[in-house]
Amino acid sequence: MADVPDMDSIDLRVVLSARGLRRDFGGFVAVNDVDLDVHHARIHALIGPNGAGKTTVFNLLTKFLEPTSGRIELLGHDITRMPPAAVARMGLARSFQISAIFPHLTVLDNVRVALQRPGGLSTQFWRPLSALDRLTPRADELLDAVGLTDVRNKLAVDLSYGRKRVLEIATTLALDPKVLLLDEPMAGMGHEDVGTISDLIRSVARGRAVLMVEHNLSVVADLSDWITVMQRGKVLATGDYPTVAADERVKVAYMGMEEG
Amino acid sequence: MAETTLRNGRARSSSRLEQGLVVLGILALLAAPFFVYPILLMKMLCFALFACAFNLLLGYTGLLSFGHATFFGGAAYFCAHAVKVWGWPPEAGILLGVVGAAGLGLVMGFFAIRRQGIYFAMITLALAQMFYFFCVQAPFTHGEDGIQGVPRGFLFSLLDLNQPLNIYYFVLAVFLAGVFAIWRIVNSPFGMILRSIRENENRAVSLGYSVANYKLAAFVMSAALSGLAGAVKAIVFQFATLTDVTWQMSGEVILMTLLGGIGTMVGPIVGAGLVVGLENALATSGFPVMIATGVIFMACVLLFRRGIVGEIQARWNARRESRSGNKAHG
Ligand SMILES: Nc1ncnc2c1ncn2[C@@H]1O[C@H](COP(=O)(O)OP(=O)(O)OP(=O)(O)O)[C@@H](O)[C@H]1O
Ligand SMILES: [Mg+2]
Repeated sequence: MADVPDMDSIDLRVVLSARGLRRDFGGFVAVNDVDLDVHHARIHALIGPNGAGKTTVFNLLTKFLEPTSGRIELLGHDITRMPPAAVARMGLARSFQISAIFPHLTVLDNVRVALQRPGGLSTQFWRPLSALDRLTPRADELLDAVGLTDVRNKLAVDLSYGRKRVLEIATTLALDPKVLLLDEPMAGMGHEDVGTISDLIRSVARGRAVLMVEHNLSVVADLSDWITVMQRGKVLATGDYPTVAADERVKVAYMGMEEG
Repeated sequence: MAETTLRNGRARSSSRLEQGLVVLGILALLAAPFFVYPILLMKMLCFALFACAFNLLLGYTGLLSFGHATFFGGAAYFCAHAVKVWGWPPEAGILLGVVGAAGLGLVMGFFAIRRQGIYFAMITLALAQMFYFFCVQAPFTHGEDGIQGVPRGFLFSLLDLNQPLNIYYFVLAVFLAGVFAIWRIVNSPFGMILRSIRENENRAVSLGYSVANYKLAAFVMSAALSGLAGAVKAIVFQFATLTDVTWQMSGEVILMTLLGGIGTMVGPIVGAGLVVGLENALATSGFPVMIATGVIFMACVLLFRRGIVGEIQARWNARRESRSGNKAHG
């Protein structure tokens, strides 16, 4: 739950919002008339049973999928028809449900690639790789924050599943996004990493909005300030944890899934 | 920490080994025309540069083009026409070939770049076939005859390219400059983004990279460098013909790259040398070259997918790993 509100978390602007979001796959409606408001300095959990449409909502918000209808606004700009890379450059960063890393780059290079775009360092084809050295301190800082320093020179492909996910989070944070979308960030992580990443998410959320899909309900209860529950493409309930937990329909949807 | 130093140490010694091999290779190429027929060497160098340029796209960006003959053969036509009909000096003709190939690359890339995998290959093939038919029809290419008797002329009005050694060292210089350019692009900040696109395109998009623009840039660079190889070949052989714009030529450069090793710097050079050498050896024997290259292709795909250089590298690395592993244990 949210602690005592500090200076930052008083600022609760809506930074990302969706209205009437819908996506059809053939005849199947995967996301149906979803309204969603994501606030600055808040951890917002998006939960729901398998196939509820959470990942599809992420793909729509980040423009990896075109909405069939509806409208999306990021920081006051209409991004409904924008290409995904442009949305990312506006400050919306995401991680993927299936770990997205650059397998045959080193751990360090994985993070540096994310740091490369500002300053035109990504288009310079005539300079040696040592031009990227000035990004190394920042990359090392991020690797240290997630506890990957010991494997920084390994190829990402050689990491364990859990550590690949940790690397993906470090890479996402390297973008210093205004809005952070995490799709099941803790799935497959060891107990120790779950703790580290929870703390990390809590600390980065002080200065930005976080929207997170998570199946582990104890993590959800522990971390999130606000929760939206989805089922069969629709929003079932939204509110803080006690409100949502008390909702009868949510109880039905989650029957047998409650972990505490 | 100890592991880091070990890795760095190993990386340094292996890069010193690489530097040594590069120097040896250059020395061998400098001495080669005294032992091997220069025209064969120059043919190898042109195709080696072509294959390296192709590998910039396949090996380092992950795009399989089936239309690279357009740039190689197109540049040969532009260069040959400029030198023979307009009387341009060779360096200007070659430059025109490079610029023309880059232009063709921009057009082909524009239409193909948003497609994935096999669709990308098919669109490049289709556009290359269109260019082939254009070359069959256009008057300046002289159809089946091609542009014959292109004068080699004087490089920068100084160096007589009709002298076998002069032209050999000129071709060698172009080859080395071209390969250096490719090496620089691959090992640059931009090259890092290309690699990340090859590794995981969606991830690159989610980091804010407009991947289509990066791919198009790589495509045009690859086309321009392929054009450099084709234009120089036109000067060396003093003609430009339809052979260089056929789909078989696009296939041949794929074969050379696969044979030598995708995504290695030296692989395409070795592959080109072998294929050209083999063709040369078979030319007098009457054995059909197509069958030989077909068999090689099958062997590549079935037996050593990493290619010759890729396979050697992998074995070498494995041996180093196991040896340093033993040391750590002992
Ligand atoms: N590209 C697609 N084509 C067709 N159907 C799709 C596509 N993507 C998702 N779906 C369907 O949409 C529904 C919602 O999928 P989605 O991945 O968004 O669920 P989710 O809530 O993320 O589930 P999980 O918790 O298992 O990750 C599923 O029934 C899925 O099969
Ligand atoms: Mg999902």
